[in-house]
Amino acid sequence: MRSEHDMDDSAALLEQVNQALQNATPLRIQGSNSKAFLGRIVAGEVLDTRTHRGIVSYDPTELVITVRCGTPLSELAEVLDDAQQMLPCEPPSFGEGATVGGMIACGLSGPRRPWSGSVRDFVLGTRVITGYGKHLRFGGEVMKNVAGYDLSRLMAGSYGALGVVTEVSLKVLPKPRQCLSISLDMDSDRALLRLAEWGQQPLPISAACHDGQRLHLRLEGGEGSVAAAHDRLGGELLDASYWADINEHRLSFFDEDQPLWRLSLPHNTPRLSLPGVQLIDWGGAQRWLKSEAQAAFIRKIVGEVGGHVTCYSHGLIDSPFQPLPAALMRYQQNLKQQLDPRGIFNPGRLYAEC
Amino acid sequence: MNILYDERVDGVLPDVDKAALLQALRARLPDLDILHQQEELRPYECDGLSAYRTTPLLVVLPRHLDEVQGILQVCHERHVPVVARGAGTGLSGGALPLEKGVLLVMARFNNILHIDPAARTARVQPGVRNLAISQAAAPFGLYYAPDPSSQIACSIGGNVAENAGGVHCLKYGLTVHNLLKLDILTVEGEYLTLGSEALDSPGFDLLALFTGSEGMLGVITEVTVKLLPKPQTAKVLLAAFDSVEKAGRAVGDIIAAGIIPGGLEMMDNLALRAAEDFIHAGYPVDAEAILLCELDGVEADVHDDCDRVRQVLEQAGATEVRQARDEAERVRFWAGRKNAFPAVGRLSPDYYCMDGTIPRRELPGVLRAIASLSDEYGLRVANVFHAGDGNMHPLILFDANQPGELDRAETLGGKILELCVKVGGSITGEHGVGREKINQMCAQFNSDELTVFHAVKAAFDPGGLLNPGKNIPTLHRCAEFGAMHVHLGQLPFPDLERF
Repeated sequence: MRSEHDMDDSAALLEQVNQALQNATPLRIQGSNSKAFLGRIVAGEVLDTRTHRGIVSYDPTELVITVRCGTPLSELAEVLDDAQQMLPCEPPSFGEGATVGGMIACGLSGPRRPWSGSVRDFVLGTRVITGYGKHLRFGGEVMKNVAGYDLSRLMAGSYGALGVVTEVSLKVLPKPRQCLSISLDMDSDRALLRLAEWGQQPLPISAACHDGQRLHLRLEGGEGSVAAAHDRLGGELLDASYWADINEHRLSFFDEDQPLWRLSLPHNTPRLSLPGVQLIDWGGAQRWLKSEAQAAFIRKIVGEVGGHVTCYSHGLIDSPFQPLPAALMRYQQNLKQQLDPRGIFNPGRLYAEC
Repeated sequence: MNILYDERVDGVLPDVDKAALLQALRARLPDLDILHQQEELRPYECDGLSAYRTTPLLVVLPRHLDEVQGILQVCHERHVPVVARGAGTGLSGGALPLEKGVLLVMARFNNILHIDPAARTARVQPGVRNLAISQAAAPFGLYYAPDPSSQIACSIGGNVAENAGGVHCLKYGLTVHNLLKLDILTVEGEYLTLGSEALDSPGFDLLALFTGSEGMLGVITEVTVKLLPKPQTAKVLLAAFDSVEKAGRAVGDIIAAGIIPGGLEMMDNLALRAAEDFIHAGYPVDAEAILLCELDGVEADVHDDCDRVRQVLEQAGATEVRQARDEAERVRFWAGRKNAFPAVGRLSPDYYCMDGTIPRRELPGVLRAIASLSDEYGLRVANVFHAGDGNMHPLILFDANQPGELDRAETLGGKILELCVKVGGSITGEHGVGREKINQMCAQFNSDELTVFHAVKAAFDPGGLLNPGKNIPTLHRCAEFGAMHVHLGQLPFPDLERF
């Protein structure tokens, strides 16, 4: 389990944060930079988390693993794999050296997300270097813990703007005994209707994507339930690598030379009429759009059905994350101001205002 | 150290002119029901933690959200503390009133606004009872997964405020994992929507932050929860063990076999005997411990898993493994567990329920330590345990009419919680800190960590008017608690109240 690269480098990270606090120097927190294309551009001194790496503890029967932020996601996956366990939310890497810290900061989840929960849902505890220059511990290594505010889950998806997450404890689960992927010939309207219908039944679906022509499904569970669902749904067998390909944006859909938008929607939203091409993932709750349309236009259409839009093409627009209502933005700013009073952690990565 | 609000260590509260406040509320909200006379206020003096009582300044019972907004605005203008309350079933004194504060009762907001089977969501008002959501969703084959033992009475607003759990958490998650959206009112009476009908939302995850924040950051006005399809079938195995250690190891073995049960509960001999006497569930009363293991899902998988679990349990040294033969027996097995608290309550005039969590591997050592503390303090302790997720509920039996027994029970409880922290666990798994565990927070968090919590509070309620004195102790309280604590064993008259 221990790798030769393992090192507790938290003292150096704390030192760099304290220097930055003293000089009011903004920091750009980064691991391998695999997700630097997300969010706004941050000017700042680089704080490289990759030296702080390694598995701190892992007891498969406790279903908890504690990992340093600089640990490559690939190493985490390997260690879990050896124990026949997994991080069910399937965080995408978007690059070879992707780290655990980046996974927490961006909070991105893969195809299993609607059924398993998100990265945030698997966070049990964190160690964080705060805007007060302290290295602190929140949450813990137990499944249930409601002591104090839930700062650990707040860190997931905060894009490093509230502190440096140096260590995280994650809930993990056994891998399903059986896994089978199939693809069915049906159009997207019908696929969305069927998914809404199947969602109300105890079917072992753990991924559902429609590429414009075909509905791709993954069935996971015990031998009996997977076989029964396969008998019922039919379809052609699909190679399981499909799910990694969609998760890592390796499908040809993502090669098209148009800006990429992520639409997060109520999952039973009907097909949206937007210029460009779409790929439906998460059983309808996440849709990828390749389109030259204006951000404001896309956001208006998506906003009307209760969703929001993120621009995945770096630098295309000034606010890649959906702008917030004024009152909500004010409280987000308050929170940033309280937790990072000197404004040194990834300032402006999420929004210009915080 | 008394847990009732103590301005000396909890912070000075603004003095409120009751008559003027009453007048201001009446002028602003003529239709609002306000209770202000002693005999009307009395029923609201405690929540589910009835050992601690404070008569509130006023109780307000709004029917409309604009009344809630008006109450918050009036209280904010006049610097009046506000304590929100749902059904009042909380076990940590999270809704314990303040003498200088308004108790805002949200129980009348009890409408299920919309069930959307295709979206698998329910939009409900905060006063809706937990079980009522599942009942309303049942015609669609859906249910709301978190099921705290108090689910027939507790309200969803309180569940969110406490991040309530239940017996199915290991597989289906806590309240936080089953929410999509919260509508809240801030201390200033401003509406915010946290989360959305989609699976994620832009910006910091305030939905996660507010869940379990114990009414300290805002008042919940509407909740949108996720619904799940009801499992096709559920089977329960009951295993008896001649030692608690063996039962504890069996839990790890089940998980090592790659099985995540829907529910996995343990009871020790004292608890299971009490439950058996009360419910006649058919528990083997000679066992030192029993495990209840529920497997749910699709018929074929559940059948296979039952065989696997049976094998694991037998290998782990179970003296007996029984599968509930039918639904009636399954319900009976669970009834014994779900009624364990009142059953234990029959053994003793009073009991005090703890809520610590530990890494499961620490169970044998922690149970041994609890047994020796029980001897030391001369109070019996029954153990009920959400074994799957490491959440223990030691029940300390005492008699409040015997001088000093409540204090002894509290001290023993505090020791148990500190033990949980020491082995890497937490002082509360699902009941919340509230007022009850305010001192133990000082054991779990250092002053720098508490400072960060106070910073979070300041982002939403800089004046500290929402539920003051709960959840996060002041540094001053911890300093006193720490000083007191070191000398506790040496105090000459441990039964004397010190503050």
